[in-house]
Amino acid sequence: MLEEDEDFLESETQLTDDQKIEIAKWFLLNAPAGEIQYVAKDVRAILKDENVYKKAAEESFPSYNKSHLICIELPNRSGDVLITTFSEVDKDEYLDPRTAQVAIVDHVKQVCKEVRPARDEELPSAFVEEYRSAMDAEIMKYVSEAYPKGVCSVYCTKGKDVEEPGFDFELVVVISAARHSPQNFCNGSWRSIWNIEFKDEIQSVEVRGMMQVGAHYFEEGNVQLDAKHECKDTTLIQSPDDSAISLVNIIRHHETEYLASLQTSYLKLPDTTFKDLRRKLPVTRTLFPWHNTAQFSLTRDIEKELGIGK
Amino acid sequence: MEAAMGLMRRIPPKHTETALSALLSLLPEHSSDLLSQVDQPLQVLCDMVSGKEFILCEYNRDADSYRSPWSNMYHPPLEDAPQPSPELRKLEVEANEVFAIYRDQYYEGGISSVYMWEDENEGFVACFLIKKDGSKTGHGRRGYLEEGAWDAIHVIEVGPEEEEIVHYCLTSTVMLTLTTDNESSGSLNLSGSIRRQMSMKLSVSEGHLCNMGKMIEEMEGKLRNSLDQVYFGKTNEMVCTLRPPAELVQMKLPDT
Repeated sequence: MLEEDEDFLESETQLTDDQKIEIAKWFLLNAPAGEIQYVAKDVRAILKDENVYKKAAEESFPSYNKSHLICIELPNRSGDVLITTFSEVDKDEYLDPRTAQVAIVDHVKQVCKEVRPARDEELPSAFVEEYRSAMDAEIMKYVSEAYPKGVCSVYCTKGKDVEEPGFDFELVVVISAARHSPQNFCNGSWRSIWNIEFKDEIQSVEVRGMMQVGAHYFEEGNVQLDAKHECKDTTLIQSPDDSAISLVNIIRHHETEYLASLQTSYLKLPDTTFKDLRRKLPVTRTLFPWHNTAQFSLTRDIEKELGIGK
Repeated sequence: MEAAMGLMRRIPPKHTETALSALLSLLPEHSSDLLSQVDQPLQVLCDMVSGKEFILCEYNRDADSYRSPWSNMYHPPLEDAPQPSPELRKLEVEANEVFAIYRDQYYEGGISSVYMWEDENEGFVACFLIKKDGSKTGHGRRGYLEEGAWDAIHVIEVGPEEEEIVHYCLTSTVMLTLTTDNESSGSLNLSGSIRRQMSMKLSVSEGHLCNMGKMIEEMEGKLRNSLDQVYFGKTNEMVCTLRPPAELVQMKLPDT
C-alpha cells in the first residue's frame, strides 16, 4: 500500500544534523517578541539532541537579540544595556555609551555576565560625545514621558574620532519598549531606530527612522500584529543642545503620527478592511434563509427570493 | 507532540505552512497527528470536467488525488477511489450548491467546497470549506488590502438519528492574514488562527443541511466577531500599553 511506502520513505530520508539545525534556527528566529525562551524550550524537546539544539541556539539567539533590540540589566545596578548591531563591540560585548561600560553577555540566557569599563577607542571623541550625550539626555526625557517601559540609547556609528566641526558623523538613536504578560496571553514590542547623519558640508542633519511594532495575543488562538513604518526628515546643524532638542522634536512628531495612523488603521478595520474578507451580514442584510433550501428547486428559489440570479 | 503544538501557538500564523512542514520533517512519527491537529491554509485545484475550482483537504484526498465536489471525479484520476454513498452524494451536491450561494452573500467572491462521507457509527461527517482572497488583486471589492486571505474549515460530525433528534458536533477553524500598506502609515499585517467547537441536538424535521448551515453561519459570525473585536482588539491594546496615545500621556502629566 502507498501509505506504507510513505512511512518507509520517511524513515529512509532522515534529516542530517545540519538540516535539523537550520529548521531549529528558523523556529527560534521567528519567535514573537519576548517568546524566544518558550520557543527554545519546545524546539529542544522536539529535537531530543542537545548538540543540535546548542548549535542552533548559539547561532540564532545573537541575531534574535539584536533584531529585537532586547534590553539586558547590568549587574552593578547601573542600568540596562541594549543589544543592537550599533552597540556591538564584539560577539558577546555590547557598549552602554551612557555609563561608558561594556557588558559581556550570555546571548542564550539573555543575561549580562560581567561589565568592564569601555576602552578609549570604543568611545567617541569629546566633540562627538557632546552631541551624543546632549541627544541622550533629551531622548531619555522623551522616552520616559512617552513610553511607560521604554529603554533608549544613543550611539555614534560613524565619525567617532571627529574632533572639530568640518567633518561628517552619524548618531543612531534606539528606542525599545517591550511588554510581556504571559498570564494575560499577550506580548508585544515597540522598536524604533533613528539614523541621524550630521553632514558638515551642507550644514544639515538627515534623519531616517524605522519603527516596528509587534503584538501577539494567544488565548485560545494565535493572532499577531506586525507593523513597520519608515520615514525621513531633515534639520540644520546647531549647537549640541539645540540640535538635540530639534532632533527629539522630529522623533516625537513622527512617532506620535505613526501611532495615530496605527489607531486609524485599527478603527477602520471592522467596517472596511475586514469587510473585504467576510461581511458581518450577507449582502441581503438578513441571515441566510437555510430553512428554504430544503425545497426541491432550491437554488432557483433562493435566487428568486434574493433577486440575485446567477 | 505537546511541544509541537506549543510552537504552533507562537509562530506567526502567516508562517503556518512552513512551520508545519518543518515539524513534519522533524517528527515524521507524528505526521498523522500533526496533519489532523494543525490546520493549514487551503489549496485549490481546477475541476477538469466542470471547469470550476474546488478546495483540497484531507477529507477529499486519496493517495495523491483529490475528489472534486462538482464532477465527483478524482484529480488526477484514480481507480477504485472511495466515494460517498449515492444518498449522501445527493446531499453533498445540494450542500455545494446552497453553500456557494451562502458564500457569495457573505464573502462577495471566494471559493467553497463541501465534502461528505460516512463514518463508522451510522452517521456521517461533512466538511464545509471556504477560501477567500480579499486582496485588491483578488476578490477584494473595496481594494483596501494589499494581501488578504481568509480560510474557513468547518467539520461537522452528524450522529445517527434517534427519535427525530440528531446530535451535531461542529469544529471550526478560521485562518486569516491581512496586510495594508501605504506611504503615510507603513505596512500593517494582522494574521491569526482560531478554532472553536459547538455541539447541538436538533430535530431533523428541517433537514440536515438547514441544521448544519445555521450552525456554520452562527459560528462564522462568532469567529469573525471575536477575531475583529477580541483578538485584533487585544493587539491594539498592547500597542497602546507600549506607547500610550498622546491624550493619555497628557492626562497623566499635566505639566508637560
